[in-house]
Amino acid sequence: MAMNLTAFAPTVREQLSLVIVGHVDHGKSTLVGRMLADTGSIDPGRLAKVKAICERQGKRFEYAFLLDALEAEQAQGITIDAARCFFHGERRDYILIDAPGHIEFLKNMLSGAARAEAAILLIDAEEGVQENSRRHGYLLSLLGIRQVVVAVNKMDRMGYDAGVFVGVEREYREFLRQIDVEPAAFIPISALEGGNVVTRSAPMPWYSGPTVLQAMERFAKEPEPADQPLRLPVQDIYKFNRAGDARRIIAGRLTSGTLRAGDEVVFLPSGKRTRVKTIEAFNAATLPDLARAGQSVGVTMTEQIYASRGDVMCHPDQPLKVSNRLRVNLVWLGRAALRAGQVYKLKLGTFSGLCEVERFIEVIDASALRDTGHEDRVERHEVAEVVLRLRDPIACDLSHEFADTGRFVLVDGYDMAGGGIIREVLPAGEKKGPVRWTSEVGTIDRRLRETRQGHRAVVVALHEDLEGTAESLAAAIEESLWTAGRHVFRLRFEAVDLIQPRPGELNLRTACFGRVAALANAGQVVLATVPFAASATQQDVLRLPGLESVPCAQVRFRGDRDDPLDWILDPSHGERELHEEVRRRLDPLLALSS
Amino acid sequence: MEHLDKLEAQSIYILREAYANFKNLCMLWSIGKDSTVMLWLARKAFFGHVPFPLVHIDTHYKIPEMIRFRDQIAHDWGLTMVVGQNEEALAAGMGPGRGRLTCCTALKTRALKQTLDGTGPRYRIQPDGTYAPDPDREPYTGVIVGARGDEEGSRSKERYFSPRTKENDWQLDDQPPELWNQFKTDFAPGTHIRIHPLLDWSEINIWEYIAREGMPITALYFDQGSGRRYRSLGCAPCTGDVASTAEHTRRDH
Repeated sequence: MAMNLTAFAPTVREQLSLVIVGHVDHGKSTLVGRMLADTGSIDPGRLAKVKAICERQGKRFEYAFLLDALEAEQAQGITIDAARCFFHGERRDYILIDAPGHIEFLKNMLSGAARAEAAILLIDAEEGVQENSRRHGYLLSLLGIRQVVVAVNKMDRMGYDAGVFVGVEREYREFLRQIDVEPAAFIPISALEGGNVVTRSAPMPWYSGPTVLQAMERFAKEPEPADQPLRLPVQDIYKFNRAGDARRIIAGRLTSGTLRAGDEVVFLPSGKRTRVKTIEAFNAATLPDLARAGQSVGVTMTEQIYASRGDVMCHPDQPLKVSNRLRVNLVWLGRAALRAGQVYKLKLGTFSGLCEVERFIEVIDASALRDTGHEDRVERHEVAEVVLRLRDPIACDLSHEFADTGRFVLVDGYDMAGGGIIREVLPAGEKKGPVRWTSEVGTIDRRLRETRQGHRAVVVALHEDLEGTAESLAAAIEESLWTAGRHVFRLRFEAVDLIQPRPGELNLRTACFGRVAALANAGQVVLATVPFAASATQQDVLRLPGLESVPCAQVRFRGDRDDPLDWILDPSHGERELHEEVRRRLDPLLALSS
Repeated sequence: MEHLDKLEAQSIYILREAYANFKNLCMLWSIGKDSTVMLWLARKAFFGHVPFPLVHIDTHYKIPEMIRFRDQIAHDWGLTMVVGQNEEALAAGMGPGRGRLTCCTALKTRALKQTLDGTGPRYRIQPDGTYAPDPDREPYTGVIVGARGDEEGSRSKERYFSPRTKENDWQLDDQPPELWNQFKTDFAPGTHIRIHPLLDWSEINIWEYIAREGMPITALYFDQGSGRRYRSLGCAPCTGDVASTAEHTRRDH
């Protein structure tokens, strides 16, 4: 097949992403397949191929097979994951996301729906409103999807009876009213026969509303949030000195608002203020003077301030809220329940920090909208309103004001186990970390030890780089300090030491950091090599509770920080040079103040 | 924002998330149009730098022009190029003569697995443009791949960050949730994560973007005067060209 490369007009058509949800077997994949076929959006070759496969397997062709392209799914006849396909409407193009209806795959339904701007909710006219019809409706509202069309499918099986349709509509409208969702339309359809999908259904003359396609074309495109206050979560800080590039670039994506060169900005939660010097660009003749919501950018600042991943840049007169206590609504997907007393990782934008549930306000069975009565846990697939307490303050917004900086996920062990939206930012609680440390009970305290040994205790974390430089550097420092009569202790953390424990597992992380704290309180210069890992790990090492008066420094081979306790070394320097650099900065920290 | 700008912004976000979260990160570069676009996006994300190695699996049967293009670009853009090959299979006489599937399994699939987990040979580009054995044999835990969602049915179900088992398997029926650009960056030892910055791109978007950016891609995609050109690239013996006289992605050039 020849492809005319010169024929590409720039894509100017609007694009809207749309998810189709509903109870298992209510006909979602069939609807999508039908829509693709009836609007000529599908490659005829693919249609023919799927038909041929059906024939070979001795099955009747179904439009659903176009979507359920995987053998595993065809075998079971259900959609396992959210498939995406592209579809051309008259007014705009659509990305159709077909989300699985089976309860086991709720996480996949959410993954699909989280990308959508509008939704079609399918209900089987024969089976009526089912458990997942309600659960999915509830979750759409939790995900912040306000534009919803309800299609009552399989009208062909009910003799196209208007009474059946009206009954389903009445019941489901009442449910949606309880959760503040106002559907744009209720449409009786037959996905199988194509009635009221793209073309009007002849057997249902009593229905005069829009077809599914017409209803879709009436969805409004969410306005770009460029006119809103600025939100730029810091993703990373780049300084590629090895390549001779002196720029120190703060990288991130604007989730809202507009940023101009010269703007005065503040980083939250740290509160550091500075001014934007340039908005950087690659392959551009001139640097842009402004950046808008949605763009991935890099900026340089007039003053070198300490900002790090997880901070959010905003304008000083339109700040985010900062606290460590949040009232949230969430859905739980973890195999193990969300429980009091357990520590989870909360990720919001580029922020990542530890938290636990302070209070369970209400735990709801989303399919029945009934309080489960649980006061200490949220089981899988349940939704809840809880108060979360973070160990460190976070900068965030309320979800109804800013979508991106108002929602979060929770990670349990290795797995994303829940997601939710922020309803209220509560006054910060006292800084009582969820991670607890071994407390030392001896009467000879650190000060006494430091005085006798003639030097202070210091904790130095060395972040590994690709070449293993940190390990050999730590060894060299250990040896030279020991030779100089210093009390020194070197240890290495493995990635496995630092991960969050699963429920019931020993918290190695707490144990490891507890060891560092104990060694420092015994007066040691502690050299700890840590794996390059998530940013939370890097911060943990520097924020040891109970060690506030012990200097904690870190050595890195990447990035750029200007904090006197954050030392960026160039790994291309020789071993001796690196060693001298560290000693030059470490030795003053060892000195006892008079 | 215009559609291509949105795709670009999302890809850049994903690449930066990968860089911020993975220690042993690499990008697979097949020299084809998709992964070349991905490489270009990386240069945008990191302001002209590519701060991780580019991994190419050389089956030994690649169209020679592809290798020339690879090394030229690696030189021009200062890339850390790492090349892997299933030398054992080649020494034992593996080639297209043994059957296409057998050959692909050995020289592509197997070679890729060995290169990524460090059990097979890796050759790293040197300052003078030659290749020498790479002292780094650590497994890559983050592998950036140029898969597109519109390529085939199963690809439309991929996540941006998709976990793989030790055997490189994709467990389709047990994928982690992916909400609101929060990606899976925590994973068990021995497993790794595939990262897909181009998941939302269609084939047409790729060509539009190449034309818009004026970025280089290998000339094999265009008619060099014979009236034929390649639509996709692979090994010389098995890659077919198509009849087309397209000379460029833009008429006005």
